[in-house]
Amino acid sequence: MLEYLRELERYRDLLYMLAWRDIRIKYKQTIMGFMWAVFMPLLIISAGVLVRYAFARLSGQPVVLTDIDTVAVKAIPWAFFVASLRFSTLSLITNSNLVTKIYFPRELFPLAATLSQLFDLTVASVALAVILALAGIGVSIQLLWVPLLLVLLVALVLALGILLSALALFYRDVKYIVEVVLTFGIFFTPVFYDVRLFGEWAWVLLLNPLAPLLEGLAACIVRHEAPALGWLAYSATFSFVALVSSHKIFRTLEPAFAENI
Amino acid sequence: MPEFPLQVEQVSKKFRKGQLHDSLRDLIPAAARKLLGRASGRPLEKQEFWALQDVCFEVARGEAFGILGANGAGKSTILKLLSGILKPTSGVIRVNGRLSALIEVSAGFHPDLTGRENIFLNGTILGLKRSEIRRRFDEIVAFSGLEEFLDTPVKRYSSGMFARLGFSVAAHVDPDILLVDEVLSVGDYLFQRRCLERMHAILNGGATVVFVSHNLEAVANLCSRSLLLERGRVARIGASEEVVRDYVGASRQRRTGNLGHEAFIADVRVRGRDGSRSHFQAGEKAYIDVEVRGNRPCEQLAVGIIIRTAQRVEAFNTSTQRLGAKSFSLREGQKVTCSLALDLHLATGAYYVSAWIYRYDIEKTFDEWESAATFLVSADRDSRGVANLYPEVSLETVESMNPVKTQAQG
Repeated sequence: MLEYLRELERYRDLLYMLAWRDIRIKYKQTIMGFMWAVFMPLLIISAGVLVRYAFARLSGQPVVLTDIDTVAVKAIPWAFFVASLRFSTLSLITNSNLVTKIYFPRELFPLAATLSQLFDLTVASVALAVILALAGIGVSIQLLWVPLLLVLLVALVLALGILLSALALFYRDVKYIVEVVLTFGIFFTPVFYDVRLFGEWAWVLLLNPLAPLLEGLAACIVRHEAPALGWLAYSATFSFVALVSSHKIFRTLEPAFAENI
Repeated sequence: MPEFPLQVEQVSKKFRKGQLHDSLRDLIPAAARKLLGRASGRPLEKQEFWALQDVCFEVARGEAFGILGANGAGKSTILKLLSGILKPTSGVIRVNGRLSALIEVSAGFHPDLTGRENIFLNGTILGLKRSEIRRRFDEIVAFSGLEEFLDTPVKRYSSGMFARLGFSVAAHVDPDILLVDEVLSVGDYLFQRRCLERMHAILNGGATVVFVSHNLEAVANLCSRSLLLERGRVARIGASEEVVRDYVGASRQRRTGNLGHEAFIADVRVRGRDGSRSHFQAGEKAYIDVEVRGNRPCEQLAVGIIIRTAQRVEAFNTSTQRLGAKSFSLREGQKVTCSLALDLHLATGAYYVSAWIYRYDIEKTFDEWESAATFLVSADRDSRGVANLYPEVSLETVESMNPVKTQAQG
């Protein structure tokens, strides 16, 4: 593992350039430019607000501002999660000319894909931070949890992305499966709603390793509470174990990439 | 024992023909069979073939090593193994030092990015650091000769410009070991020469070069030792000149198709006065026999030949009709051999003979065979280019001349 990190360090410039390329191409020849980074989250937030409004109508309670804040805080990492996985899954296939012609560690492709999405996440987060600040959300010591939660989010995304990119190279079904799962994933992940809504069944939803992270972000940013530590530990363990194993699997499959793509 | 920069020991590589499992639908039954233990030994045996078998060689530090072989002999597979893109099925490859491959040098380009951006992208892909590229940027641009187009997206480049930019970046990666595959076929003549010079410079800088090419002369000039591959096996390894000679002797391209025409070329042979051979001294007489056969009766036939150099430059082109020879006719199943006697006043190098058969009154070509035969010409005196003009040198010295002042060139 240490040796591997050293190798990554050696290829740091290449990783940077690959991510830079993806970002550059995305914003070149587009009218909206950087607005794209905000556009997807904005769409998800609007959908979330609509769902919240429907909930409120049913229960006969008014929609409160914190509800909308919560949706916004969860929607942005969700957008990052979806875009990164979609992009990582395809990263080896779309770069097949490089995979078959030039050697460097192939893991750079899913890594660069995630890194380029991290750029979008940053743009969207800054925009959100400004909006939340204007909305008077307030600051508390609990915000210190945010960096840790984001690191875990990236680790989880990488773990899945690395594994899926390798599998998609061998089996084209994988990319369709990922599409479908990501499209409907929003219903199984607490983005528009809180897990607390489900009372004693909340744990079923929290088994989704992404759920404790989203709930954690909402808790510390909007409600100024500490995240649920037990579930956070679960997510952290899951992400770490998944990252190590998908790295192992990737490395095992890597020699066969060039002739199977 | 000295450490070789490149060491290849008993390397074999197996490929599959066709596809194995391209979707999960195929995988699941196959995996199930495997689990149930009913996988009958190696069911895919028939689909497999050896691209390389038991290949051994080593390249010494600072050496230029050539790899020759017909299409499909396994040259590209070797390069891909050396560069790490493929892993050998068995055997060991040891690489000591920074290896860089000039295989598909423009693979890393993105069409939407500009030339400038692509230099950075491709440079890092080929193993340079960004700081190194910044340092060498001007040099790279000057080498490519594309200063004016640096801020144009490369999708608007011509294919020649594209390849030039690719090679320029690749040529400025300072590797310990350089793998070169056919890149010299890019660009115009001047650019090709600049590439060769650059490779010489890299060699003189102490790097090790592995050079794969169809350009026999370039291999013979650049490489001291060469390896000849034949269907994935090492057919010969040794001094380049000998290996090139062997290759020329053995590389009669096999014929495919075109046998269904009214008349077709069955064989093209090169021989000397005393029988088949493929190596001639400049000025010697050579005979080219073109054997044509008829499938259906046809008349007014003529045979043409073209002799080309390894760089595809036409050295000679003639036809029996243009020579004023009588036309001939063919009946079904008949065979006619047309012999052309030639004086080979050619420069040193490898030459390729193409032949075609046509009916000249209606200008219909029945069959043509590209590079049907090959021969090698050596001259005892230095002669490069296409023709041998048998030079004689004489010097005349005149004393007491006023020196002429020359201005330094800008």
